[in-house]
Amino acid sequence: MKGTQDHATLAEVFNRDEDRVDWHDGALWWIRQKRDRSANLTPQWEELREAASAIKSNVISNLHDYLLQFEENLKKNGVKVYWATDAEEHNQIVYKILSDKNINQMVKSKSMLTEECHLNEYLADRGIDVINSDLGEYIQQIDNEPPSHIVLPCIHKKKEEIGELFHEHLGTEKGLSDPTLLTRVARNHLRNVFMTRRAALTGVNFAVAETGEYVVCTNEGNADMGAHLCEVQIASMGLEKIIPERKHLGVFLRLLARSAIGQPITIYSSHFRKPRPGQEMHLILVDKGRSELLARPDFRDSLKCIKCGSCMNTCPVYRKSGGLSYHNTISGPIGAILAPNLDMKKHADLPFASTLCGSCTNVCPVKIPIHEQLYKWRQVIVKEGYSASRKTFSMKAMALTLSSPDIYNTAGKTGRWILNHAPFAINNKFNPWYKQRNMPDSPEQSFGEWYSKNVKKS
Amino acid sequence: MSSRDSILAAVFKNQPPLSALPDISGFKVPEEDVVEKYKNTFSGIGGLVYSAKSMEAIKNHIRENFDTEKRIVSTLPALSDVAEICSASVEPQSFEDVELSIIEARLAVAENGAVWLTEEVMGHRIIPYISQHLAVVVYESLIVSTMHEAYAKIADEVYGFGGFIGGPSKTADIEQALVLGAHGPLSMTVYLIK
Repeated sequence: MKGTQDHATLAEVFNRDEDRVDWHDGALWWIRQKRDRSANLTPQWEELREAASAIKSNVISNLHDYLLQFEENLKKNGVKVYWATDAEEHNQIVYKILSDKNINQMVKSKSMLTEECHLNEYLADRGIDVINSDLGEYIQQIDNEPPSHIVLPCIHKKKEEIGELFHEHLGTEKGLSDPTLLTRVARNHLRNVFMTRRAALTGVNFAVAETGEYVVCTNEGNADMGAHLCEVQIASMGLEKIIPERKHLGVFLRLLARSAIGQPITIYSSHFRKPRPGQEMHLILVDKGRSELLARPDFRDSLKCIKCGSCMNTCPVYRKSGGLSYHNTISGPIGAILAPNLDMKKHADLPFASTLCGSCTNVCPVKIPIHEQLYKWRQVIVKEGYSASRKTFSMKAMALTLSSPDIYNTAGKTGRWILNHAPFAINNKFNPWYKQRNMPDSPEQSFGEWYSKNVKKS
Repeated sequence: MSSRDSILAAVFKNQPPLSALPDISGFKVPEEDVVEKYKNTFSGIGGLVYSAKSMEAIKNHIRENFDTEKRIVSTLPALSDVAEICSASVEPQSFEDVELSIIEARLAVAENGAVWLTEEVMGHRIIPYISQHLAVVVYESLIVSTMHEAYAKIADEVYGFGGFIGGPSKTADIEQALVLGAHGPLSMTVYLIK
């Protein structure tokens, strides 16, 4: 299991293929640029971000009442409502809904929540087959890998590798790698899946407390194909997906696709309110750490996230280390602030996978101060004793050096002498700073020495 | 305590003091020709747009541009000589072989090219998604500038299902190469009528 290694180790594996890193970096930066163009063409873009953030602040502060209102409206609309504390309870609920109907096959559209809950594995163990219908997620599923990006699940894969997977799993001609042809093959294969599945599960982008409707956004149309062809429709959502009123969708739908991929709106923004005649609709509200996150004032704003992925596309560390290095369903900067809330020990490395440059915060459509939270998580993690021992030791050594002028001066002198006279002592593979870097030429004297020689005299 | 009650209790205990909702009535775009803007936006995202003089012109366009040997469905009685008028009471799977569906939008949005459809105008929820090609009739007077105006018009309308559709289905999951026609329609045509 890759999950046992930390971000730096996994990133090092990803970095062995320099051409691939450059390609990955470029592909994501291109999406970031599309986002910028789209944002610049939208009047009052900054005001929109401000409004979205303020609406979400209101949601966070009044979540209890909105949840009750949403539940009441769902029931009025004929939707069955469930509450799940954790992944296990969520999975049990889905299993019960399906097994009560003797259903052993389900089609699923993109849902990071069910990925986090490992729903597919849970159901497979109980004889229920799940197929992910988003093309990128489907590709990741047949390759037995988690998504590496929340919006672009297989952004790290080359088309030739996808062609090889299709050859193996769908019987396409060996060597076929044309994206259009591969997409057509998947379209035909999955059409048959949609036509034959009695149950479909979707995620939820926005849930409107005022009306009890929920909105699912896709570009492919897969959520709708699944939902409108099935007899049992299930939606799983985290508590934080609530928005107060329908009109607030105007703000979020203007921001979401522009931030994600620079498109003015997702092709499909589907508003589900009531089951169609003869159909059952179920909705599961999942806590899974969210109520606990509400109690952390420094971190609760991360619940504003609308999962656009823009923080990943802009992050220099994400672009150069790949999503799978984060060993968490949600990767990148937002994953690095969400994951420690769920399991601080397991994800202690993630807030350190950042340069704290702040680019994530600048693009976030709901204005989560992501880089500030990364910095704060570092402090919590070190205080709680979960930081890497080497890091703790070097930080302590640095604190000692910086707090004593004598040690500071001696350390500076020694450092300069070594860089100039014995560079091999530093330029070696045991020094992590030497990797992918050249050490600088060292000045003959420190600023302190220069100052006392030149300025003090005059 | 049930999971519901314990989750709600934890949320109530942990949520911060009330923060007011912002006023979102100030989002306006400068005066613009919404029809021109709509045309540009929609064609920019891979949609096809035609200004049609009449239903007759739409019928001719359909005959010239789509395979009329295949199944064409519509909810518009005026198109009954080129399309079968679809029924909401059949199984959704029965629409698998639909080549083209033609429906009428409730409104359209200039800033993103999307049309707003509810299940009443779709005929059946699955129709705009399962058809190989989708065509939507849009009255120019129903085009609004932004999503804010769209929701102001939708207001407290009651529907079982409704959706914005903003072009042909698409994916860029394979090496960011744009492919039109992922799981939904391969093409989307909008017929603008004055």
